[in-house]
Order: sequence, then structure tokens, then C-alpha cells
Amino acid sequence: MAKPSESEVREIYWRENRRWMLILGAIWFVVSLGCGVLWVEPLNTIQIGGFKLGFWFAQQGAIYTFIILIFIYARVMARLERRLGLEEREA
Amino acid sequence: MSLTETTYWVVGASFALYIWIAIRSRAGTTREFYVAGKGIHPVANGMATAADWMSAASFISMAGLIGLSYNGYGGSVFLMGWTGGYVILAMLIAPYLRKYGKFTVPEFIGDRYYSDTARVVAVICLIICSVTYVIGQMKGIGVAFSRFLETDYETGLLSGMVIVFFYAVLGGMKGITYTQIAQFCVLIFAYTVPAIFISLQLTGQPIPQLGLGSTLADGTYLLEKLDQTLLDLGFQEYTTSLRGSTLNMAAFTASLMIGTAGLPHVIIRFFTVPTVRAARTSAGWALVFIAILYTTAPAVAAMARLNIIQTLEPQPGQYLAVEERPEWFKNWEQTGLLGIDDKNQDGRIQYSADPQTNELVTLDNDILVLANPEIANLPNWVIALVAAGGLAAALSTAAGLLLAISSAISHDLLKRTLLPDITERQELMASRLAMAAAVLGAGYLGLNPPGFAAGTVALAFGLAAASLFPALLLGIFSKRVTREGAVAGMLAGISVTLAYVFQHKGVMFIPGTSFLGDLPANWFIGIEPNAFGVVGAAVNFAVTFTVTRCTAAPPEEVQRLIEDIRVPAASSRD
Repeated sequence: MAKPSESEVREIYWRENRRWMLILGAIWFVVSLGCGVLWVEPLNTIQIGGFKLGFWFAQQGAIYTFIILIFIYARVMARLERRLGLEEREA
Repeated sequence: MSLTETTYWVVGASFALYIWIAIRSRAGTTREFYVAGKGIHPVANGMATAADWMSAASFISMAGLIGLSYNGYGGSVFLMGWTGGYVILAMLIAPYLRKYGKFTVPEFIGDRYYSDTARVVAVICLIICSVTYVIGQMKGIGVAFSRFLETDYETGLLSGMVIVFFYAVLGGMKGITYTQIAQFCVLIFAYTVPAIFISLQLTGQPIPQLGLGSTLADGTYLLEKLDQTLLDLGFQEYTTSLRGSTLNMAAFTASLMIGTAGLPHVIIRFFTVPTVRAARTSAGWALVFIAILYTTAPAVAAMARLNIIQTLEPQPGQYLAVEERPEWFKNWEQTGLLGIDDKNQDGRIQYSADPQTNELVTLDNDILVLANPEIANLPNWVIALVAAGGLAAALSTAAGLLLAISSAISHDLLKRTLLPDITERQELMASRLAMAAAVLGAGYLGLNPPGFAAGTVALAFGLAAASLFPALLLGIFSKRVTREGAVAGMLAGISVTLAYVFQHKGVMFIPGTSFLGDLPANWFIGIEPNAFGVVGAAVNFAVTFTVTRCTAAPPEEVQRLIEDIRVPAASSRD
């Protein structure tokens, strides 16, 4: 297989980047505006420990998920950059 | 040692620490002054960002907003909105602006939209957002001083200004970064210690986040008990009461989220790390440090609310006698944060949702955090720590905002627009002068707060969401958007949002000048003014796209700039 050109590498990188943004962005939307606001009533019928589930998402769960999402994104992007040889050399 | 003496010692020690850091980290170049030499470790920057981000409002008022004003569930808009923005920031904004690699947010907008007009419009939007925000911080400093150190408001504000002046003018971003790290440690310790104690006392569970879902001494779940108690008093249920409508809550949350991702003082923090990769992980760390406070706050809100109710009504129908109220209660009455009025003259305090019979006539939001250590009978040094923590939160945010303002003036207006020929040394001097002027200006506004200073921090988010965020996002993700489109979009977004707020809250918040009145009935599809940023952003996007369609595509070199910021480095595989 021929070595991809610089512009092909950039294109692959940008396509992968957008794919991850879409996936993680969808989860971001679902846990916050979804579970925390739009579907909070049905979720509140489920009780886990002392929490109604919808209330828990809105005041705790969404925040924990946000942290996980950022670290997943940071990780997959770093791996992608290594794979494509787009890593920065620290100044 | 009396409480006031202890507080002086603790606050004094924290100030001495900030000054020591300021002397150790003077800035020698503009690169150090604007972006701390781009050498900050991502975890350290995460901590500094957390302090930059968490303002006096987060520290002192947020738990009360959630627990009292928004009655529980409705307050979730702040929790999700002020944290969810970091996901957008980490994925859509910070890495690319870090790659761009210069000093300020307007600088990016000016270069990307190949226009000094765009740069100047961005500076104006930045100043409107940041000034709105900084007034709240200056007020927070003055109030914290006057409550804890028994000075008057003016003296407190001036002492705070001197400290900020010292480290911000000397060290710029470099000094601010290291002091913010110290301030984060102070504020997070001050916030969590009382929270752990109150959680232990109520539920036997030391971790407040778990305590919120635990059982009380009588075996019922804390939240169930709180729901029931509030219903009995005539309030709505804690865990389900909406803020306005579902739509309003969604719009409010979304406005705070995208506003977070568009606030310049937060974005420039990500210019200080060495690489694009570090910018992404740093956003993750920032959110970890923020989440420590943001997941504790709802626990503090629920527990402190229940605590206050149970103090007033230990057993159902058995109300606290006015004569027997505890010492902390009397102390906070003197500050005006609590107030009672024995309307039925029975010598007891009845708290209820009905304004006709409610005898706890004043119950300020801030009381939930400020009085927490006293309600929990904690030692004086913990109370003193809360004072130092509140000041740390206000000072760190004020410094970050002042840097955003002063660098926009000295770098974008002077160096990049008006006087491009000044030397590095002259620009460094200009940046110090701009910082000094910004501190004095903020101090002036803190001493003579315009009517709108209270509770307008949320407005700054709406303005950032409607003006800067769309321009930044499209600047990165579209090669087609033109300078005409971006300038028209920013102006339309910020005008629509300001107009909406003014028409409901008064022009410049002067009472009586609101032409539609502050009534929910007149709100556009039921969205309150603070939640309007998301509509402003939509207007911005629509205008930008329309104008872009009618104008010629950006020049070749701008397209190359966009290509360039999208990848962290040139391919090394030859």
C-alpha cells in the first residue's frame, strides 16, 4: 500500500476526530439534557438507594459522565495522533 | 482566641502566601505575561482553571441557589450547565485554539476572519462579558471581608484590590496561574471540610456525595425526608420541582454550557499548556477539580436546608421558641442574612411556604454555605477557613477576568490594531498599565456597583454564548464562513441577548425602564432572561450563515490557517 500523503493523513485524522466528537457528544447530550431534563420524570420512578434516578443524573451522574467523556476523548485522540504520526514535539 | 482574631490570622496567612508567590513569579516577557510562557503542566493548569472558573458565586451562593431559590431539582441547571461546558471546550474549542498558539481570543478571531473589525468587535464582546462578571467578584470580595472580618465593605474591597494588583500586575498570567493553584487548594479544603462534617452528623456517611443518598438516624432516606418535610410546609417536592418549564430548564442548561465554552478568561487558560494534547487532558483535570465542589454542593444544599428546618421545628408541630434560638442564628440575623418576625405573637418561629404566616422572613441563599460550620458546631478555624475560601474564590476569578480584559486591550487593541510598531518591552509595559487600569476600573465598579451587579453572573454566560462561542466554533469548523458573516453574527447575537434582558429587566437594569415588564407571561416561549443565551447563539448562527452566503469566500491563507489548526503537528512520517 502506498504511503498516504500529508493531505490524506490530515483527512483521515479529521474524519476520525469528527466521528469521536459525534459519539461522545451524543452521550454528553443524553446524560445531561436527556436523562437530567427531558426524561427526568420516567427516570425518577426508578429508585437507587436514596436517589431517584433522574434527580441523581441531574445533580451527580451527568457531572461524573462529563469527566469520563473528556478523558476518553483525550485518550483516543492521543492514540490517533501516534498512529498517524501527528504528534507534537514539545518545544 | 476569638473568632475574628482567628479569621484575621487565617486570611492573613493566605494573603501572605499569594504575595510570596507573586514575588517569586514575576513576568519578564509578554509571552510570560499573557500565557505564562506556555510551560504549565496540564494537571497544574487544571487546578488553576478550576480556581479561575469557580467564582464567589460558585463558592458562597450556589448551594443556596440550589437548595433555596431553585428548591432542589431546579438548581440542576447550574450543576450541569457549569460543568457540561468543559466537554464542549475540550472537544470543540481548546485544542484548536492552543494549536493556533498565540495570546488572546480576539487575536484568533481577528486572524481567522482576516479583519481588524472582527478583532475589535470580539474585544468589545469580551469586555462586555468580562466586566459583567468581574463586578460580581469585586462585590464578593467586599462582602466576604465585611461579614467575616468586620471591616466595612470599602476597606475590604480595597484590601482585595491591593492583593490582586500586586500579583496580576507583576506576574501577569504567570503570577495568576501559581496563585490560582494555591487559591484552589484553599477554597476546596474550605468547602469540603464543613460538608464532610454535616454529612457525618446527618447520615453517618463521611462522603457528602454518598450521604445525599443515605439514610438519616431515623432510617428514612435524607431526600425522602426532605421531600416530605417541604410538602408539609407547603413547598414543592425537593427532588422534582422544576425551574419554570422543562423547556426553560433545557435552554438555561444549554446557555450555561455554551457560555462556559465561550468565556475568554477560561479559554486563555488553555493557552498556557505546552501542547495540544496537554490542552485536552488539562480540560479533563480542570473538570475533576471543579467536580469536587460541584458534586458536593448539591449535598450541602439538601443537608443544610434540612438542618435549618429541623432546627426550627425539631418535632412536627413543635416550633423553636424565639428565646431559645441558637447563638449562630442571632449572629447571622445581625448581618441581615436571617430574619424573623413573630407574626402570630406565640413566641415561636413557624417556617412555611405561605408568605402570610411564614415567620422566617429572611433566609438568604448564602446562609447555607456561610453558616454551615456554625450549624454543625465546628471549631473556629473551620469558620475562618470558609472566609479565606470565599476570598480565594473571588480573587482567583477576578484575576483571570482582569487578565482577559487587559490582554485584549494591550495586545489586540494596541499591538495588533493601533500601534503595531511598539517593541516587546513597550508592549510588556503597556500590558502592565492595562492591568493596573483594569484593576482600578473593576474596583471603582465594585465600590459603585451599577444596579445590575447582583445575580448577573449568569448574564455573562448568555452574552458569551451568543457572541463569541459561535464565532470561535465556526472559525474552526467551517472554512467558508466569512468576516462579514462573523461580524454580523456576533453583533446580532449580543444585541438580541442584551435587548431581551433589558426589555425584561430594564435598560442597564435601571428599574422602571423595562418595556415589557419582568413577567413570565411575556417571556419568549417561557424562557427566562438568564436562559436566553442559547436563543442568542441561534440568532448568531443564522445571521452568520445568511451573510456568509452573500459574500466571497475567505482568502487562501485563511483556509490554510484553518487546515493548520485542525491538526496538532505536521506529519512526521516521511
